[in-house]
Amino acid sequence: MPLRLLKYALSKEYKETRFFRENVTPKKSYDAVIIGGGGHGLAAAYYLAKDHGMTDIAVLEKGYLGGGNTGRNTTIVRSNYLTPEGVNFYDASVKIYEGLSEELDINLFYSTRGHFTLAHTESAMRTMRWRAEVNKHVGVDSYVVGPDEISKACPQLDISCSGHAPILGALYHGPGSVARHDAVAWGYARGADRLGVDIFQSTEVTGIDIKGGKVQGVQTSRGYISTPRVLSAVAGFTPRICKMAGIDTPIVIHPLQACVTEPMKPWLDSILVSGSLHVYVSQSSRGELVMGSSLDPYEVHSTRSSLDFVEGLTSHMLDMFPFLSNVKIVRQWGGMADMTPDFSPIMGKTPVEGFYLDAGWGTWGFKATPISGKTMAATIANDMAPDLIKPFRLSRFEEYELTGEKGAASVGH
Amino acid sequence: MKLLTCPINGVRPLSEFVFGGELRDMPEAECSDKEWADYVYNRNGAPGLKKEWWYHSPSGTWFVAERDTLTDNVARTYLYEQEAAK
Repeated sequence: MPLRLLKYALSKEYKETRFFRENVTPKKSYDAVIIGGGGHGLAAAYYLAKDHGMTDIAVLEKGYLGGGNTGRNTTIVRSNYLTPEGVNFYDASVKIYEGLSEELDINLFYSTRGHFTLAHTESAMRTMRWRAEVNKHVGVDSYVVGPDEISKACPQLDISCSGHAPILGALYHGPGSVARHDAVAWGYARGADRLGVDIFQSTEVTGIDIKGGKVQGVQTSRGYISTPRVLSAVAGFTPRICKMAGIDTPIVIHPLQACVTEPMKPWLDSILVSGSLHVYVSQSSRGELVMGSSLDPYEVHSTRSSLDFVEGLTSHMLDMFPFLSNVKIVRQWGGMADMTPDFSPIMGKTPVEGFYLDAGWGTWGFKATPISGKTMAATIANDMAPDLIKPFRLSRFEEYELTGEKGAASVGH
Repeated sequence: MKLLTCPINGVRPLSEFVFGGELRDMPEAECSDKEWADYVYNRNGAPGLKKEWWYHSPSGTWFVAERDTLTDNVARTYLYEQEAAK
């Protein structure tokens, strides 16, 4: 990186090279086709090429790269989950994230902040203690702290929450971080592109060709592509893609909204989450408070945002930080969250041979981007899911073996 | 403010209502474990015009809404009993 800076310093022209090739026409066939050019799909393409030597891959994106939930989340990375299966999986993701800027040669603004999940009730404290013990058992840095320690880390926080919901304690998670989400998608896209993966934007999949229970190819807005392997990594569009493949899933789509304030001088170091007040907040590297709340209460396939959401969220923010009353909200948006009944993802093989699913990422997908890419790449290359993601298989529902993570969802959705 | 029509109480703000999920038929008690799992977990998640349970909380009224989950337009609402009687 410094060498490249020096080159630009000495050069009269400042032409930055493109991040990835602008492909227009797909080839007639590929070894694998990945539907969805978000973080997960691009990471899977990158690791297929890098770890497994499979470079004859097309990534098809209906819109633009990282324009879906990759660019719509609140960028929090953490591994303080409730089940050992979940903690192990997300911890592996945090570990890749920590070295990812270096690996992808792009500044992800990965910033380890420390993450407090605030508890306002005795029952919430019980869940925090439970999560802390599971985390410690698996070797993840999480422990329960009292109000004094929270005040020390964040003196601006009104511990009584305006008297409505006094904070009794919190689950503290040291590795909790934020990162620049678009850069994750761009970094993986460039990495995959350099290894020979073809990326197509504005390319919609309109059908999946299956014969004798085996994938033959995909129909797209740029013509038919024949391929024996298809990965669906499309978050909120999963039910539509699965319908094309004739696969039933428990996934239901609910909008999840978020917003940011105007930029301020840095004052909030930690990431704060309150389940009872339905708020999660962190301050971005450019000074905005990035805030999210719970899911919209009913199924809609839309990314519209609403006034109800901002009113509800800000009233709770003011319980926590009364001094923010003059701060303005400058942007709000929504994404389509593909929710599962047990708040765990659905990853791995499906009843259709050659059709792989990376879905059910609901409100917890961004943090899992690197590890889901790596494990889905392994699943596709070996036609077998690694042990790490077996608890997330689609068949767990008909086997009545759920992986219940609702207690570790950032807010009570 | 979004509005929804309760078949008993007329047009009311959406905040008075609770979403109860899609209206689906329960399989027979003798069905296989697989059929039961399909009923318990699997959903028709793709967008489209669906029949859904909605609940008007202040009056305790359960009713059915026909709603397009892509556009969020409600085609009509009615009491389940009314339709069943036809």
